[in-house]
Amino acid sequence: MESHRSIIVGMVILLVSIVLLTKLFVIQVTDDTYLRKAERNAIQRIVDHPYRGLVYDRNNQLLVYNNPVFDLMVIPREFHLTDTTRFCEIFGIHKDHLVESFNAAKKYSWVKPSPLIKQVSNEEFARVQDYLIDYPGLFVLTRSVRAYPNPVAANALGYIGEINKTQLAKDETNYYRQGDYVGLSGLEAYYEPELRGRKGVKYKMVNVRGIDKGSFRNGDLDTAAVPGKNLQSTIDLDLQIYGEKLMKGKRGSVVAIEPKSGEILSLISAPNYDPNILTGARFGRNYLTLNVDENKPLFNRPIMAMYPPGSIFKIVQSLVGLQEGVLKPSTTFSCNRSLVNCHNHPNPVNLFGAIKYSCNPYYHQGFRAMINQEVSSNTFRDTQIGLDNWHESVEKFGLGNRLGIDIHGEKGGAIPTSQLYDRIYGNGRWKYSTIYSLSIGQGEMLVTPLQMANLAAIFANKGYYYTPHLVKAIDGDAELISKKFKEPIYSGIDSVHFDLVQDAMKEALSGTAARAIIKDIAIAGKTGTAQNPAGEDHSVFVAFAPKDDPQIAIAVYVENAGWGGRAAASTASLMIEKYLRGHITRPALEEYVLEGNFIY
Amino acid sequence: MREKEVQTNKIDWVTVFLYLSLVTIGWFNIYAAVYDEQSATSMFDFSINSGKQLVWIATAIGLIVLIMVPDYRFYENLSFILYGMLIFILLITPFFGKEINGQRAWFELGIFRLQPAEFAKFATALALAKLMDSPLFDLSQFKFQWKAIGLIGLPVALIMLQPDTGTAMVYSAFFIMLYREGLPQKYYVIGVIFVTLSLMAIAIEENLYVAAAIGAVGLLVIFSGKYSWKKTLSVLGLCGIMIGYTYSLDYVVEKLPEHQQNRIMVLFDPDIDPLGVGWNVTQSKIAIGSGGLIGKGYLEGTQTKFDFVPEQHTDFIFCTLGEEFGWLGSLILIGLFSTLLLRLVFLAERQKTRFSRIYGYCVVSLLFFHFAINISMTVGLFPVVGIPLPFFSYGGSSLWSFTILLFIFVKLDSHRDQILGRLG
Repeated sequence: MESHRSIIVGMVILLVSIVLLTKLFVIQVTDDTYLRKAERNAIQRIVDHPYRGLVYDRNNQLLVYNNPVFDLMVIPREFHLTDTTRFCEIFGIHKDHLVESFNAAKKYSWVKPSPLIKQVSNEEFARVQDYLIDYPGLFVLTRSVRAYPNPVAANALGYIGEINKTQLAKDETNYYRQGDYVGLSGLEAYYEPELRGRKGVKYKMVNVRGIDKGSFRNGDLDTAAVPGKNLQSTIDLDLQIYGEKLMKGKRGSVVAIEPKSGEILSLISAPNYDPNILTGARFGRNYLTLNVDENKPLFNRPIMAMYPPGSIFKIVQSLVGLQEGVLKPSTTFSCNRSLVNCHNHPNPVNLFGAIKYSCNPYYHQGFRAMINQEVSSNTFRDTQIGLDNWHESVEKFGLGNRLGIDIHGEKGGAIPTSQLYDRIYGNGRWKYSTIYSLSIGQGEMLVTPLQMANLAAIFANKGYYYTPHLVKAIDGDAELISKKFKEPIYSGIDSVHFDLVQDAMKEALSGTAARAIIKDIAIAGKTGTAQNPAGEDHSVFVAFAPKDDPQIAIAVYVENAGWGGRAAASTASLMIEKYLRGHITRPALEEYVLEGNFIY
Repeated sequence: MREKEVQTNKIDWVTVFLYLSLVTIGWFNIYAAVYDEQSATSMFDFSINSGKQLVWIATAIGLIVLIMVPDYRFYENLSFILYGMLIFILLITPFFGKEINGQRAWFELGIFRLQPAEFAKFATALALAKLMDSPLFDLSQFKFQWKAIGLIGLPVALIMLQPDTGTAMVYSAFFIMLYREGLPQKYYVIGVIFVTLSLMAIAIEENLYVAAAIGAVGLLVIFSGKYSWKKTLSVLGLCGIMIGYTYSLDYVVEKLPEHQQNRIMVLFDPDIDPLGVGWNVTQSKIAIGSGGLIGKGYLEGTQTKFDFVPEQHTDFIFCTLGEEFGWLGSLILIGLFSTLLLRLVFLAERQKTRFSRIYGYCVVSLLFFHFAINISMTVGLFPVVGIPLPFFSYGGSSLWSFTILLFIFVKLDSHRDQILGRLG
């Protein structure tokens, strides 16, 4: 009677089985989101952070190393405190702070470790180490922060910090994660890929409470961390320390370069700061303080500050004039002070004398000869053509564009073209009398201290330079540094023209910077005084020494120090002696420089 | 002379084989569910669940032997007495039972715990078969319908007192048997309509859409075929009731305890609260879903091993199988179950007495319900209710009661030729 119903019952059983198998097929075979969710569930990725590379100076003295710091971690479930007061005494922590961190840890997880006291120093750790055994649920996690044996070269070395959102977004290799430390400035930033090494990864399985259940697939997917590469910097630590000592109480820059290689011997920005204060837990607070300091210690003056070069630019003018044939060694102009102001010196002068006495009217007239070569009968047009030709020659001295040093943030300075003046005054509405300030390194011309030092290197090398750089070897291998630092760049000036200039620069010392003269070391140098409408003039000096076999080219720029022959030339002279001799024979001069205080 | 009672050649060995396969696979899975690589203990260690389950399996086999020994008429004669006893035990359970998770559903006997509600299942099945044994028992008649439903309803009411909604729900499985025995089809049509309506009312946020759909179907019925006033009125009345039901359901759902409400809502949106209510279903689906086609391999599962799935050795035991043996494992398990169920339907149909047939269908009904609901629940097709997977889930009460349930039928079946009974 009801037997057809038995068939229906059988069919319902089959139908339900098929529905279940279909649903299972969907979640097990066709849809792989569950597989990924399962991996996220049970497999924890533990990153093994590599040691960051160290930085040495050119003589293998340590500049930057890693200092271990200790985070005191707590597992709330295992941590039972009976005597809070004693605990606070031992670990040097305030009770409120302890309660706060412990509550935060509990909130994060009852069984996973969280930091209780962050960044315990090495000394503190040694003190509390023995007490740790009394407190179950506490253990120590070792991390490392950057440390500097000598508090110098902060701006050149740079600092590291937590990666920010923009950097994370730009990271195409997908290497970084939120919370990773990266080089944010200086060498730390530029050589980040070399210094950072390679993170290692361990995959381990955890259960639902986050408790370790061993390695995943017997650790087949795990990778070991590769430590970062060590850098050998071109910096001479002793010279850097000495330079920073001399620049105390002053605002400005000292850049010293080895002319025959472009290696930067010291890169000094004053005022500076102790790089140790921008490490570890102190970073945040100290960075803010430095950032609002009115002396701008974070501003890397040697590569970022741009000034009118002043009289040192007369050397460039002389060389461009010689190369173009507009000026000859014998070319003589009178020191006509109605054109531009000058100081007392023999009159008239030839080119040699013009350099030696830094004669302003000479360059006023000489520069006019370079600009207005009567290529066009239209004076305005002629000036435009002349200026652009001149601009092209000057650019070859590494001016007007970034040199390409191996730290970020370098400024290029500015060398005007006709377009600039067309924009300011209108096409055909300006001529030589509008731009004559350029003749003596003033006006619409800006140069960084690094470019000034590079000029000195060109003068020393008689016509070429190597792109100034701060690193000479990576992991002891000089081949690993960029090729661009090994190719000479020519200034377009024939080397013959440099003989006169070098001689004149040597003579110039006795004229404008007698203090800079060192017995037995021939220095070729040129002073400058950059006019500063806002206050005292800036003091500039570029030099190289020894004149016949240049080992060091240097530029010193001291803001508001007045006439260039004084602060800047003395500092440069002491630096040269320190570098070439290793010691100072003129304590009085040193005393004089150290006493100078030009920050008002 | 009495014939030899145990006739081994008459036992349906297909059923026995299927039973043993399921129990064995189940036991291996229970070991996998508790397995911990770092402190691996033997499968036979009695301190872990797989060891305990082995005790349950051994005793279950002892029970089978015991079941096979008495006269086959013993069960028929005993049915009402057994039913009465279990009703009495259920009655006292809420007062003397041990409280676990807010339920008083267990009796403690030494280290083992027994759940009377599990045993009430086969007692009810026997009593139903006995009640409906008479050829005069006609399910198309109202008074017989009430008798049968009353017999089922009594243990349900008592189990709800514990309260154990999941186990109580199981008794609705007897409607499968009642269907076979001639309960009018209209009840099932109405049942399906109301279940569909309930699902729609909960799934579709805006009741107006549901009401509009009902109205549209109503109009279609009115204007299709021959038009009559009588038809129009009855259809309109029905539509009115259905729409009223739709709107009242929201109210009813809101009145449910929150954990039951959430268990229903999570069906429609598993992401509602993945760490709270959705946790069981989400983790269960992740475990099963991560198994792929062939699974991660025995004892290689990570989700079940590391306790991501709660209740994994009891109600969620299927997760372990799904994760470690993948879809092929699921196929084998579901294949075994459906083969067993179809075999039992076949056996029931060849019985010569109404008693044996009805009892056979009760076995089919209960096993099918447990199997279908348990697996649906682990894959998120049904709300989470605490009912075990027969022969598979860890637990003595459940294994014993299913074994007794099944093997009484195997016993009855083995004697089918000796009975010239009251054929229906």
